[in-house]
Order: sequence, then structure tokens, then C-alpha cells
Amino acid sequence: MIRTQLTTDTLTCPSCIKKIESGLKSISGVEDVDVNFNVSRVKVSHSKDVSADKIKATVEKLGYPVKSVRTTA
Amino acid sequence: MTYFMNKHLNKMMIISGILIVIGLLFLSLGYTNIRNITFILATIVAIGPILVRAYNALMVKSFSIELLISIAVIAAMFIQEYTEAAVVTFLFLFGAYLEKRTLEKTSQSIQSLLEMEPMVAYKWIDGEEVEVDVDDVEIGDHLIIRPGSQVPVDGVVVKGSAQLNEAAITGESVLSHKTAKDEVYSGTIIESGYIEIEATKIGADSTFSKIIELVETATSSKSPTEKFLNTFAQYYTPAVVILSIIVYFITKDVHLAITFLVIACPGALIIGAPVAYVAGLGNASKKGVLIKGGAVIDQFAKVKTVIFDKTGTLTEGKPSVTRIHSFTDIREDDLLRDVAAVERVSEHHLGRTIVDEAVKRGLDINMPVSEMTAIKARGVSGILRDANYLIGNERLMTENNIQITDDTLELYENEQKLGQTVMFISKNGMVVGLISIMDKIKSDAKETIDYLKSQGVKKIVILTGDNYFAAQKVSEILGIDEFHAELLPEDKLNYIENEQKTNPTLMVGDGINDAPALAMSDVGLAIGHKGTDIAMETADVVLMGEKLRHAAYGFALSKQTFNVMIQNTAIALLTVVLLLFGVIYGYIHLASGMLIHELSILIVILNAMRLMRYKDREISHKNVEFTKDTLA
Repeated sequence: MIRTQLTTDTLTCPSCIKKIESGLKSISGVEDVDVNFNVSRVKVSHSKDVSADKIKATVEKLGYPVKSVRTTA
Repeated sequence: MTYFMNKHLNKMMIISGILIVIGLLFLSLGYTNIRNITFILATIVAIGPILVRAYNALMVKSFSIELLISIAVIAAMFIQEYTEAAVVTFLFLFGAYLEKRTLEKTSQSIQSLLEMEPMVAYKWIDGEEVEVDVDDVEIGDHLIIRPGSQVPVDGVVVKGSAQLNEAAITGESVLSHKTAKDEVYSGTIIESGYIEIEATKIGADSTFSKIIELVETATSSKSPTEKFLNTFAQYYTPAVVILSIIVYFITKDVHLAITFLVIACPGALIIGAPVAYVAGLGNASKKGVLIKGGAVIDQFAKVKTVIFDKTGTLTEGKPSVTRIHSFTDIREDDLLRDVAAVERVSEHHLGRTIVDEAVKRGLDINMPVSEMTAIKARGVSGILRDANYLIGNERLMTENNIQITDDTLELYENEQKLGQTVMFISKNGMVVGLISIMDKIKSDAKETIDYLKSQGVKKIVILTGDNYFAAQKVSEILGIDEFHAELLPEDKLNYIENEQKTNPTLMVGDGINDAPALAMSDVGLAIGHKGTDIAMETADVVLMGEKLRHAAYGFALSKQTFNVMIQNTAIALLTVVLLLFGVIYGYIHLASGMLIHELSILIVILNAMRLMRYKDREISHKNVEFTKDTLA
């Protein structure tokens, strides 16, 4: 299990949470998504089949620029 | 597409704003057609990003406010309300822009804390210094830390010495000197000097990671008020949308129907409470006061009774042996040596004080003692050189039927009245001496108590296992309302349970031996020790630093945060009522509805921003100098 943590541009609407969560969960290999609205952080648990870049790209496609990415095994 | 929209969002907003201004100029000159064209252009420019977001949300089956706005604006264009359409789209973008800018500010302190997380470490590998990712550091690794850089993981100094700024952990920017065998914590910064450390706690176990984890969890946990508001919003939005459809079918008035759509998403309701909590939690974390979320803030703000543990909380917790009374012809040092030998089994701080004192005097205490036993809340026993030793408090003596002469009792009481903690030494059933131990009151204890009282705390209580006179002395000096001494841990729990029935109660302890009391009270606050695991787990509020006053600061700040949260909730609910009635009675239209909606959001954010500037109140006290040197 790999954990990837992204810091996004400030999230402004709590509805973003659901958008990001369901967007990321639709990727196969993503196990768990935790969006912390107040600190604009997204924590993703996923298998090694999913790359951090893929996660970053998905979040950006949903409309949230990603400022930093951190991955831990 | 989405990325393009986000990147040029601000430009589109500005263009749309300029077009609206141009349109208004033409309007005043009487060119209605040109006005219409510029307004249509303004709408088209500004609706782009809104449409894209609405679409993205729909793709993940989420119903967004952008969708409502899109429908409203398209309908407005359809009924040729170009001015309204243009103003609504512009206001929506501009409002979102201001929201983002101000929201960034409210979470700034938390963000900057998160950004201080160490990223790299310098490791010795085969005599060479290598830069590695902090996640690749393993326990036992030998790391190098230079001036100006951060300690990457927790560790023990093996070489060198340095002045460390521990503000990231404790919130107190006092430099602390670290040298061989000292513990250093991740996130602290070397101001001067050079050290090499051996990693002891890495990754999620390191002190700084635990703080971050706690702060993150705190900001994402929801208070009951927040939950209520979210539920309210969940029903409110669809209800207004349905209302809008019904209104359309009854009145056939498109304009009125779409106005409902614009006011359907109560932004201030959703954002009002969390923004207050985040600003409050952020301010507190800068002082090293970690509060576990909005629910704790609500509880903390309501506290009426504050209970303090005495030793280590109100006092330094670093007692020292002040006098040894020997009643036989045994020399003082020999008596201390024998007592210390038996006390080695003790895990109590008083026992350790005696052992430390013996070691300090260079006495050899490594004598064989058999049947060494620690007797909880009483003392210790053991057999040394065929003599039976019982060392502990008065309770231990009476329970073992050991006679205490009147002279001894008088000396015992006199010592206690001076604030000393006194232990009996009995050998083969006879009291052969007394040892007096003393603990200083913390220098900021008095101002903390006064600060709490000035903030509306009704009752301040000391609960201690220590003797009556020691507790009385401390209570007297600090102006404590009530004290209960010689308590067993379960007595403390009973007291708290009973007190909580009438008054919301805060328990302040050192987080080590009073974990059950901290867990049981409405709000448990653990102080110092740079947040030990057990304190971090059981307490609701953790003071990372040593300053007792920050406990009172956390309380004052929680009260303030709670007030702002209530104000914001009231503002949001009032806005909803105002908008609903305004629309129904025809005072509010598309553009004005949007304006009020955005204004209410800005007002709640600005209101919350006051919390960031909330300052610790420095109290000057005549008594401070006095208490510093007073006995406990």
C-alpha cells in the first residue's frame, strides 16, 4: 500500500470534497481518499499500479491545481 | 480545458468586469444595443469556468452550485435579462476569488505549520555525507545537522552541541541547549552549533509528524454545530431548487424562478463555522496549544470548573531533598544511602528524588535488597542487611501499625506546614527518621489562575495525592477555591464524575500518571513533556511547551472562537431568511441576490479572521516574584 499526499490550491467549497473523492475513487487501484478541506490536503491510499502522477493529473483535471505531491511506501 | 479555465480564471473575471463597466458607460450614453452586446460578451466570458466546473461535478454525479448558477444564467439570457446575467456571473467569480484569498489567510497558520515538515536529512554512509529523503531515514541512522537546518527526525545527540529553537514544537521561541545524550525533536531548528544524532523515532512516530497528524485530524473533525449546518444545507439546497420549479409552474415567471436558483446555495452556512474553527485552531497551534477539533473548542469554551493536578502541573515536578532527620546515631548520609537503596524499586517521583539525591552525594546504593516492593500511593518496602524497611507516607505507617511518637508527629506537621512533603523511614517497626522533599510552584501558576478567573471560570480545584498541608500551602499562595489532598487515583475520578454533573469541567494534568482523569473529564488538558504518546492520545488539548499560562490562553481563545462561530451561524441563518423573504416579496432579484449571498460569505470569513489576531494577554503580577521562590 502506497500513500500519496497532495497539497492543492486552497479549496473554497466543501462540495469540492465529494468531487475529488469520487473522482479519485473511480481510478482502479485507489483504495481510500481523504480530503481535508480546511488545510487543502488530499491523502490517497493506493496500490503500486497507480502512479502519483496519475493521481495528480486526475485532481488537476477536476479543476484543482496541485502544489506539491509526497509519496510514502 | 479545466486546467486552462483555472489558469486564466482571474483574467476572465477581470475581462468580464471591464466589459460590464463598458456596458454601463454605453447605457448611460443611451446605446442600449451596444450595452446588450457587451453584457452578453461579459456573460459568455465569465460563464466558461462555471460551466466547466458544473460539468466536471456532474461527471462524478455531484450536484454543484455551479450547475444552479449555469441554469439560472442561461435562463436569464433566454428571457433577455442580459444585465442580470452579466452581473451574476461576474459576482460569482469575483466572490469566489475573494473567498479564496481570504480563506487562504484563515488557514495560514496551519498551512505554515504543515509546510515546516522536514523533507531532507543528511546521513553518514560509509564515511560520506549523503542527502536523503526524510522518509528514507531508518532508526539508528547517524545524521548530521548543521546550523540553520531542521532536525529531520527525533533522535539522541551523539556528538557536538547546539542551540535549538523548539518553537515549531512548543510554540515558545526560547533557545534550548542540547549536547551529547540529549533528546532532539523533529521540526526544531539549529540556531547555532553543530550536532550529530542517532535517529530514534522516524516517519509517523516522530514528534513533528504526530503534531501534524493531530492538527490535520483536528481541522477535519466536525463539531455538532457544523454537522447541524451541513445537514441543514443538504436539505435546504434541494428544497429551494424544488421551490423554484414549483414557482415557475404556478406563476410562469422565469425571472422569479431563477432568482431562487441563485440563492439556493447558502455559502455562509457551510463555511461560517469551519472557518472560525480553522482560524482558532491555527492561532492556538502557533502557541503550541494543540486542540483536537471544533467539538473540543465548543466544550472548552463552556468550562466552569478547572481542576489541577498539583505535582508537575502547578509545581515544577522536580522536587529535591531538603532535609534528612535521623533519630538514631546513624549518620545522615548512611541513612540516605539505605533509604535510596530500597527506593530504587519506586517509580514515584518522590522515590526517584531520593535516589537522585543519594547519587548526587556520591553514595553507593547498589546494595542487595530483597523483597523490594512498591506499594501504590503509599511508599516502598524491602529487606536490607536483615532489617525490614518501610518508607512512605503516614498512611503506610498507620496501616502497618507503626508507632509514631508525639515528638516525631510534631516535627512532621511543622515540616508539612512549610509546604514540605515528608516521608517516614521505619526500620524493623520503628520510625528512625524523616525525609523532607520540596517542589517549587511554577512561576506562571498564579497568573494562570487569575487569567482563568478573569475569563469566567467559577471554581478552581486542586486534586492531589500529596499531603494536606502541601496542598493547603499551594492553594493559599495561588488563590485556589478548593483542594482535596491525600487522594487515591480513583478518588480523583469520583470527584470529577460528580463535578461534571453540575459544571463542565476541565482537568489539567501532566499527562503521565493522570491519564484516566484526563480521559474522563469533559476536557482533558495535558501539559509539557513535548507531548508524550499517552498525553497525545488521551487528552483533548495538548500543550507542547512548558508554559502553564498557555492553558488559560487556550481557554480564552476557545471562548472567542466559539463566540465567532455562533455569530457566523447567526449571520448565515439571517441571510437565508433575508434572501428567502426578499425574493418572495420582490425586493431581491438575480444580481442583488448574488451580491447578498457573496457578501454574507465575506462577512463570515472576515469575522473569523479576527481570531487570527487574538493575542495572549500578558498579565503583570506583583506576586510572580514571590511565588517563584515559594515552597509547595
